Amino acid sequence: MTTAPEIGNARKRIEDARLITGKTQWTDNIQLPGMCYVAFLRSPHAHARITNIDVSPAKEVSGVVAAFSGRDFADEQGSLPCAWPVTEDMVLPDYLPLAIEEVRFVGEPVAIVVARDRYTAADALEAIEVDYEPLPPVLDMEEAIKEGADLVHSDKGTNKAYTWVFEQGDNEAAWRDAPVVIERRYIQQRLIPSAMEPRAVVCAPVGDEFTMWSATQIPHILRTLLAVVTNIPEHKIRVIAPDVGGGFGSKIGCTAEEVIMLLTARKLGRPVKWTESRSEGNLTVHHGRDQIQDVAIAADRDGRLRGLRVNLLADMGAYMRLVGPGVPLLGAFMYNAIYKMDALSFTCSGVFTDKTPTDAYRGAGRPEATYAIERLMDELAVELNLDPIEVRRRNWIKHEEFPYTTIAGLTYDSGNYEAATEKALQAFEYDKLRAEQADRRDRGDPVQLGIGVSTYTEMCGIAPSRVLGSLNFGAGGWEHASVRMLATGKVEAVIGTSPHGQGHETTMAQIIADKLGVPWEDVRVLHGDTASAYKGLDTYGSRSLVVGGVAVVNACEKVLEKAKRAAAHLMEASEQDIEFANGEFSVRGAPETSMPIQDVVFAVNLAHNLPDGMEPSLDSDAAFDPENFSYPHGTHLCAVEVDTETGFVKIRSYVAVDDVGKVINPLIVDGQVHGGLAQGIAQALYEEGVYDADGNLQTTTMADYLLPSAADLPTFQTDRTETPATTNPLGVKGVGEAGTIASTPAVVGAVVDALRPNGINDIRMPCSPERVWQAIQDARGGAS
Amino acid sequence: MPHIKVEVDGVTYEDDVEPRLLLVHYLRDRLGKVGTPIGCDTTNCGACTVLMDGLSVKSCSVLAVQADGREITTIEGLGIDGQLHPMQRAFHEEHALQCGYCTPGMIMASLDLLRENADPSDEEIREGLEGNLCRCTGYQNIVRAVRHAADEMRGAAKEVTS
Repeated sequence: MTTAPEIGNARKRIEDARLITGKTQWTDNIQLPGMCYVAFLRSPHAHARITNIDVSPAKEVSGVVAAFSGRDFADEQGSLPCAWPVTEDMVLPDYLPLAIEEVRFVGEPVAIVVARDRYTAADALEAIEVDYEPLPPVLDMEEAIKEGADLVHSDKGTNKAYTWVFEQGDNEAAWRDAPVVIERRYIQQRLIPSAMEPRAVVCAPVGDEFTMWSATQIPHILRTLLAVVTNIPEHKIRVIAPDVGGGFGSKIGCTAEEVIMLLTARKLGRPVKWTESRSEGNLTVHHGRDQIQDVAIAADRDGRLRGLRVNLLADMGAYMRLVGPGVPLLGAFMYNAIYKMDALSFTCSGVFTDKTPTDAYRGAGRPEATYAIERLMDELAVELNLDPIEVRRRNWIKHEEFPYTTIAGLTYDSGNYEAATEKALQAFEYDKLRAEQADRRDRGDPVQLGIGVSTYTEMCGIAPSRVLGSLNFGAGGWEHASVRMLATGKVEAVIGTSPHGQGHETTMAQIIADKLGVPWEDVRVLHGDTASAYKGLDTYGSRSLVVGGVAVVNACEKVLEKAKRAAAHLMEASEQDIEFANGEFSVRGAPETSMPIQDVVFAVNLAHNLPDGMEPSLDSDAAFDPENFSYPHGTHLCAVEVDTETGFVKIRSYVAVDDVGKVINPLIVDGQVHGGLAQGIAQALYEEGVYDADGNLQTTTMADYLLPSAADLPTFQTDRTETPATTNPLGVKGVGEAGTIASTPAVVGAVVDALRPNGINDIRMPCSPERVWQAIQDARGGAS
Repeated sequence: MPHIKVEVDGVTYEDDVEPRLLLVHYLRDRLGKVGTPIGCDTTNCGACTVLMDGLSVKSCSVLAVQADGREITTIEGLGIDGQLHPMQRAFHEEHALQCGYCTPGMIMASLDLLRENADPSDEEIREGLEGNLCRCTGYQNIVRAVRHAADEMRGAAKEVTS
């Protein structure tokens, strides 16, 4: 029997059954007997000394079980972890879960109330008395690094946390007498990740053991970190990530709330629950981006790139989050993108401010890098009077040049930039739109057309472990999977990745179905509970398929190896003569004798007739540590209409041709691209986390922080080219972040392109109507 | 404490509630109807959308006392005959959800949208769902799902009337 392959099949998701019927298990849905609710009291000041704090009035409130300040946890709350000290001398201040002496951003927690219900807990917060002595807040990165600036951490003597330098090639030669030099400053505004599910934590003590449910992307890493921070032994902690409502990086962490919930459950010996409000979330879930990019390229007159220089200031916020300092480094290797050049110079300084700490947000460093280089390529095209596609073509790595080692030292295994670009240009009707643009310009149409180009690549997988080690990253990059066949031939797989919308239950089952030759419906995938999924490094950095998927393949191979031995024994043939296809073992040359894998596993479980020494089960454990990152790429083209009278930007069409290597499930891949595009477009046009002059976040609600709605976004035209990765057996490259990385420069590039005739070569993101209108006014003022 | 009588997903409940108790907390914490999640607290995201007497409301911005004497339908009240509602089925078939947190509200809002306009264009769907935010899908497949469900529901209605 030959069955159609599952890999490549647009399977509808297994996960949906519970999600479309409301039968989900979000953390906030969990109710335990005797459970209390926790509320956090948070600093209203950006920077202040706590001169007095008294929680006792809160304890008098009816229904309150307990109230604690930071001092009550002084002996047990360790500093929150940072796993990526990027330099030997990086400044790493203590980051207490509950502040004791000083607060350094609005929203930093100082005390908690535990009460019988959430309303009582919230009410009782008001009874807590705190006296603050305000200190001058540090809010501007450039001011912060000047001599004599006010300090976020006075004991550290500086606001500059680190400076990381990366020099490749002969920079001196590349810049000497360069005929074309273009210098720009780009601002990556602060973004608030805004997963739809607010964070929530439930922690239940049983004796000296603890079970924590948390809306986290990283149950395994969290478990280890909780043990390190609290000294509760790791084997006494079980972490469960139940249904998790989106993450985008924001649920990577070992947060103050998770630590305090664990310690509170221990103090009280009762289960406790905390669910954040959206405003709490906007204040305290780590933010993304927030960099000042001073960038420059040197080129020859024919457009050939010689050198690229990058000087970054990256806002760390008040403290170092888990991988916050390393986020800009993930971009360092991507500034050169798909282009060949002679030299690269990258310098990044991490700077403390009295703002919410920053960390990974969808793309983490690569969107910033891609934005800068793609915008610079546009500027180069304008400077040389070349089409932006042509200037890219003159510099990109040609398909026959792969594998290619870039100036950043990465080896891109595969890619075909020509093919993706060609496909995109055709779908977009590029020439036709350029003609319309020219026509509108000639007519002086108040609505101008702009075309943006992004020929991006990115690095996925956040592995190999050895490379991570060389960058001083505090974790490995491998992934684990375990596959077991049950007596009746059904399959259970345990994966170390932890999905929160990505559909691993569906796609991993597709891989397993193909490898083991069993029906897709016969596979169940378990994840997100350290008791059942006992080993793993979780989900971030578009790693789940490119690392975790390959671990699943390896686990299947081990099961098959064992099954083959058993089949040979049962069929009384030599193992060398056993063939396996479509779920059937057969003896070479005797195709009429065959045995389905289900019969083999049944026989193995019976164990009546096993080969000597074989254990009576078909199961396996496997890990995978890749030898390289993977490098999806693609060409995105965006057409915008800019109303020069109102500044309003409308995306007229958006074409995304992505090459993510082999596709396991096209439905899910398209969905990832759509969502990624929405977030990248949101940075270009809509979103910005704004602080006032006192350091108050002004965008604490979804009324103030503009997430795009269905009415704000266009219908995307997506397509693919397929150049399999050569560095993993599935040929996959990862897709989680590609859309976000690619789209921001395409959109802003289009807006700027529309307004070139007005003498505009940059508009700060987000390109809101006000900003665009103001830019047009400024340009007109300058001209008159 | 005010006394309310409210029908939720076909079952009548009578309870004493604090005047300030939000409908969504009444549903979740008192009735255990946790299928309706909370996303933003400020009426922006629509994750908590339910139908009150057939009209969509954001249950984070309705007091439980305002639901007195009303009929509430949540996501858990759809497809209780063992068959998925066409809208639920369409969301599944068109891959209109990823993390699924916005999905209950999105489905309930879409039902109200089709009540007003049984045959909406893509643009009308986008405008009609403006009050429901999704962070995962970029909305493309949600629009497709609503159109798909609209076609199916109109077809079914025709069969009934003809």
